[in-house]
Amino acid sequence: MTALQEVAPRERAGVRREALYFAVRNGKLVTGFGIVLALLLLGLIVPVLLGGNPNEYGTRPMSPPSAEHWFGTTTFGQDIFLQFGHGLRSTFAVGAIGGGIAAAIGMLVGFVAGYRGGLVDEILNMLTNIVLVIPTLAVLLIINAYLGIRSVSVQGLFIGLTSWPWAARAIRAQTFSLRTREFVDLARMSGAGTWRIITREIAPNMSSYLFMTFILLFGGSILIASSLDFIGLGPTEGVSLGLMLQNANQWSALQLGLWWWFVPPGAAITAIVGALYVANVGLDEVFNPKLRET
Amino acid sequence: MMLKLDDVTKEFRIGAFGGKSVTAVRNVSFDLGPGEVVSLIGESGSGKSTIGRMILGLNPVSGGSITFEGRPVRAGKEYYRHVQGIFQDPFSSFNPVFKADRVFGLIKDTYYRTVPGEEWARRVGDSLRDVRLDPGQVLGKYPHQLSGGQLQRLLIARALLLDIKLLVADEITSMLDASTRIDVLNLLADLKARGLGVLYITHDLSLGNYLAERTVVLRRGSVVELGPTERVFGDPLHPYTRELLAAVPRLHQEWADATPVDACLYHARGGTGGLMEAGPGHFVACAGLGTCP
Amino acid sequence: MSLRVSELKVYYRTLKGEVRALDGLSFGLADGEILGLVGESGCGKSTLGKSLIRLDGRMRHAGGTVVLDGEELPIADDRRMNDYRFHQVSLIPQYAMSALNPTRKIRRMVTELLRSRGVTLDTAELESRMSQVGLPREVLDRYPIELSGGMKQRMVMVVSTLLDPSLLIADEVTSALDVSTQKAVARALLGFRDSGYVKSMIFVTHDLALTHHIADTIMVMYAGRLAEKAPADVIVKAPRHPYTRLLLDSLPEVGVRHTDRRLTGIAGSPPSLLDPPAGCRFRDRCPIAGEECAEDPPVAEVAAGHYVACWKA
Repeated sequence: MTALQEVAPRERAGVRREALYFAVRNGKLVTGFGIVLALLLLGLIVPVLLGGNPNEYGTRPMSPPSAEHWFGTTTFGQDIFLQFGHGLRSTFAVGAIGGGIAAAIGMLVGFVAGYRGGLVDEILNMLTNIVLVIPTLAVLLIINAYLGIRSVSVQGLFIGLTSWPWAARAIRAQTFSLRTREFVDLARMSGAGTWRIITREIAPNMSSYLFMTFILLFGGSILIASSLDFIGLGPTEGVSLGLMLQNANQWSALQLGLWWWFVPPGAAITAIVGALYVANVGLDEVFNPKLRET
Repeated sequence: MMLKLDDVTKEFRIGAFGGKSVTAVRNVSFDLGPGEVVSLIGESGSGKSTIGRMILGLNPVSGGSITFEGRPVRAGKEYYRHVQGIFQDPFSSFNPVFKADRVFGLIKDTYYRTVPGEEWARRVGDSLRDVRLDPGQVLGKYPHQLSGGQLQRLLIARALLLDIKLLVADEITSMLDASTRIDVLNLLADLKARGLGVLYITHDLSLGNYLAERTVVLRRGSVVELGPTERVFGDPLHPYTRELLAAVPRLHQEWADATPVDACLYHARGGTGGLMEAGPGHFVACAGLGTCP
Repeated sequence: MSLRVSELKVYYRTLKGEVRALDGLSFGLADGEILGLVGESGCGKSTLGKSLIRLDGRMRHAGGTVVLDGEELPIADDRRMNDYRFHQVSLIPQYAMSALNPTRKIRRMVTELLRSRGVTLDTAELESRMSQVGLPREVLDRYPIELSGGMKQRMVMVVSTLLDPSLLIADEVTSALDVSTQKAVARALLGFRDSGYVKSMIFVTHDLALTHHIADTIMVMYAGRLAEKAPADVIVKAPRHPYTRLLLDSLPEVGVRHTDRRLTGIAGSPPSLLDPPAGCRFRDRCPIAGEECAEDPPVAEVAAGHYVACWKA
């Protein structure tokens, strides 16, 4: 009878508590999130701690890492550690804004198209395909050049508005196969409405998939932003990891052997995206009870 | 009659913007009363599951009408309080990321929000014992930790928690082993004794025969024969029914070929359009032989 | 004796340990014999079928031998088994429908398949065999998607027996088919044996009634072991093992109504094969189990050709 008394009331909280239990015991998840959080913290703390303008010219150009300048300086004597801190900030910002907006639109379109099917699906699918075939980068170039992107958040917004289609298609396909499963019918026969079925039956089944989508969109936004920065269409204010790479390239850091200029931003971009991937694998194990039994 | 199907037709639209359509169910009429088991027998593509889904309000009808207690089917909280369904694949009926007993929680969320936890737990326990499950053995487990038979019974228990009057059971035993299958069938028989109506959808004639008072034989979306089970099985009039019965492997009988039908019994007995009543409550459709006018 | 399986043990590797899917199975199969293999899911019947032709990555041959026509099959050696597959042993899988490549016409597929086995296609022979199972020759110039489930199943049957294998394993070939098609497929299988295309056959199924119509001998398996093996009629009419009896009692048949005769299932479920209990594996569910059942019952020949693994038989 003890098992019995726990049944219904504890159900919803129970699932979450259990997921948490397995989450903190999952090495991949903890490592992945650990790296991302460490870099995020670095981005939050460094600018505050060091203070000053990251683009300010210094007195000791091209100096390798030292106690004074942890990551060395640029050709113009700017402190790379400070730039790195600011760069992480804007990189996370553009990833979160761009990835977040794209994921939100992609999920909404994908879930509704996949679950409702029929005419709704046809129309949404057409919209998705139209946005999909638009050469995103070219449009971004035009928009950026025309409107003159000033801030990181506007850049993120534009990236988000153009990069959702493939996510919508992937989520639609998954939803399509899940909605024919009989537990969806059973939920309908328990009086659940469309919204509740999508959020409480279908989405939990693909939570790791959704997270993966977000990671890819997050990483994708960072890469698109870096590309834009690289060709000089980035935010005119502030620093980003992409701008750092662009400057390093522009001033021949590779040829001059100033490795400390381009390695930190390059490594950081790789580390953020890579760590999120690892975390995703871990998350899959947490959410899938079958994999959990290992 | 509790459930009444009247000239029900279902067309599925396929292709871009629904340019083409296929007819899955064609002019099907039958009814089902409280405490009655009707089996709906058909092979793949006969439209039997589509009929079940339309009764459950999961698919809309394209033509004709389905009424439950005199009112047309309207999928929603009130309808599902009285009408429930169980499907073929027990593992697909449970959301794999949640524990199996969540199916009870969903019911509570919708219908019994105000019932205190302890009272609810007691009801769940009673209902589980009704379907001969040990609460301690099945509660708190994930679907993959339970057997197919246990899962199907959990679903019956779930339906029993509601004020259920009609259960649509779509091939609910076809994925179960022989030794547990019969227990689930017996449970359905017990439900009937409680006054529930059961629509038992199956491709297996022996299972339909075991349970049902009345049998409906479907072929390519149309009813070919309908009537009291002992009439349909004992004196099949439609060649398709005969063919099906002859094809069923039986333990103590050789595999016989169907008795050939040289004349369509429908026309021989004066049928004119629609189903013809060949005996009390026993209806048959035209065989569609070459000799039929 | 065309096939002799002795003390065969095949284990599945899982994360929790080894599942003893086949745990010391011995039986023989005579020339021209069709053996019906029945049992519930997880009893090892499909594992047996698979292990006679190909062990998949998770399966391990843990002991025992398989001798076919006087030659021992190297079942643990995937590469050496290649010489025997198709030529000596052939398998028709459960979902033969998906065994056909959807982008190739049937004729091209058959030709390519045979070429990969170093044989050229004898079209006349192929067509005569197709007509025997009721397939018109035009089928060869169609794509798999144009055939019905039963036609595909029969096509796969013809192709997999084209080289006259000594042993054919039919794994649940009829379970996805409608009753009327099921009968045609089952009869085609009988025809293959009668025409000598295959010497002997193992027909794996969960449907006892169907097996009875095809098989000469029926072997009932339970939890990785043999429970009872006897001529088909004997199994159905005079079973000795309590499991066989209960199984037969649980089968509804056309004509049986629950109001007239209420059938009962077998309470409980089979033991986990991860760490199977000692003694008779049916003991927990057996109504007549006694003290002696704590020890493994040996397979005894209680009458000519009638083997039972039960102390009480």
